[in-house]
Amino acid sequence: MEALISIRNVSKIYGIGSSAVHAVRDITLDVLGGEVLLMCGPSGSGKTTLLSIMGAILQASSGSVKLLGQEIVGIRESKLPDIRLNNIGFIFQGFNLFPALTALENVEVALTLKGFSKKESRSQAMELLEQVGMLDRRKHHPADLSGGQKQRVAIARALAGDPRIILADEPTAALDSVSGRMVMEVLSTLARDRGRAVVVVTHDARVMSYGTRMVHISDGLLEETEMEKGMNA
Amino acid sequence: MTTLAWKNLFHDKVRLSVTLIGIVFALVLIVVQFGLFLGFLETSSNVVKQSGADLWISAPKIPHVNGGAPIPEKKRYKAMTIDGVEKVERYVLNFVNWKLPSGAQEAVQITGFDLNSSMGGPWNIVQGSVDALRGEDTVIIDELYKEKLGVEKIGDSVEIMGRRARVVGFTSGIRSFTTSPYVYTSFKNAQNYTGLNEDQAFFLLVKLIPGANPETVKSELEKVLTGVEVLTNEEMWRKTQGYWVFSTGAGITTLMGAVLGLLVGIVVVAQTIYSATVDHIREFGTLKAMGARNGYIYRIIIEQAVISATLGYVVAIVIGWFVARSSENGNALILLPPEMAIGTLGLAILMCIFASILSIRKATSIDPALVFKG
Repeated sequence: MEALISIRNVSKIYGIGSSAVHAVRDITLDVLGGEVLLMCGPSGSGKTTLLSIMGAILQASSGSVKLLGQEIVGIRESKLPDIRLNNIGFIFQGFNLFPALTALENVEVALTLKGFSKKESRSQAMELLEQVGMLDRRKHHPADLSGGQKQRVAIARALAGDPRIILADEPTAALDSVSGRMVMEVLSTLARDRGRAVVVVTHDARVMSYGTRMVHISDGLLEETEMEKGMNA
Repeated sequence: MTTLAWKNLFHDKVRLSVTLIGIVFALVLIVVQFGLFLGFLETSSNVVKQSGADLWISAPKIPHVNGGAPIPEKKRYKAMTIDGVEKVERYVLNFVNWKLPSGAQEAVQITGFDLNSSMGGPWNIVQGSVDALRGEDTVIIDELYKEKLGVEKIGDSVEIMGRRARVVGFTSGIRSFTTSPYVYTSFKNAQNYTGLNEDQAFFLLVKLIPGANPETVKSELEKVLTGVEVLTNEEMWRKTQGYWVFSTGAGITTLMGAVLGLLVGIVVVAQTIYSATVDHIREFGTLKAMGARNGYIYRIIIEQAVISATLGYVVAIVIGWFVARSSENGNALILLPPEMAIGTLGLAILMCIFASILSIRKATSIDPALVFKG
């Protein structure tokens, strides 16, 4: 499998001079299509910063970051939205669904943003909700859904336009174990069956069995950890 | 996008109500203040605008139409010899005392005009007629001032400068900018009430033949008439407006109120729209993280602003219309002409878009990484 995310000697420094904070230090990492990479580490270790760099949300201070072969370090800021839009699906700990929209409309927004017509957006959103088992709840607003259901809608939204990279920040942190398992099963199926690169930032010991590889970040430095046999994928 | 803008607004009805209340409050404030200013402009110059005259001949350098001085009537005959002049009529406008039933005195402005002329007479007569002024010592007043002048109905007798007068009609909506109401009567009666000599008038009103150029005739009149000033109707009403509205400070105060209303309105709208945007800041962050460009976010915020402005405008203009209607029977006239109603919609939209620029800066400067902060 090819590396969909390729990171070489990446550092991220906030601030300058004596107040500079090294959030990420000289990290090198590849994420292949078909794998579920778990990123663990204590709070403030740099996991989310690294995830933001992988997601073209933050620019690295130095090093090289290639997404699907395209270098994004040093690229014009105005080019980044298109890279995110066309290649990456995001899943957030707090779901980040639009509360005013129904489950169906939440997915439709992502498709409309990617340039699909209203009709195409509607039919693809229905298919995506069906994939995550939420079609029967399509008319519900987020407030009327459980945490697990919200996260499944968020996954359907992240899959809009079929991105090759899925980045998930603590996707199970707010879920009970059944919902958490269900969410991780959807993500590992995406990697295994559809060759997507899935990166999951997590503290949750319950999801470890779903990873194909795990890295540990501490004080901005990366240590690779061998997965034991328990991986589910 | 329309769905997101529209649904964001209508999802939280309490927030929408607060936003709309802010916008409605601001717009009503603006409409009422500007309506009051327009009412001041109208009231201060209504007798000139409604006079039907094309040119006014007056004593030189009078400050305004209510400050005229006697001029010789014989100027009238000279004026009638000028090409383009159709007719010249005598006119009186002067302050006199009106005796109330209680014995107290009230200052009024006697307005005397030629009953056979189409110039200088009252308008909006709701009871009685101009013909009734052909009787001796007869007057028409506005129904707004019935109570002030101690009059109840047609036929009531009053006293003006020691002479008996009988009310023979009422008009509606002829306000005076000063505290002294206009009292219409025949030119002959007005001469008596003001103590004017037989061969004097306060003004000569000139009607031109159709197609004649007022400026040309004015300069011809200035050549043949000495010791008087000739003004076009517009010059006279502008001079009068300028004096009452600007020189006295009354209009400036109202205009300042209107401008302050506008500023307060912008601040209120900016604050409510900014606050509504901040409430949705995480959603805008999510959109940015998903790949939405800033232009997409601008459009959502501006759409929300335009929808809010339009809804707020509809409510505000209805309230403004009722306020303007109720002012018709009050002391201060508030005007809401169609141009102002349409202009207010444009203003509301501009105000809301201006207010949203602050919100746009807030929304587009957010760090998309915010979305990862659970």
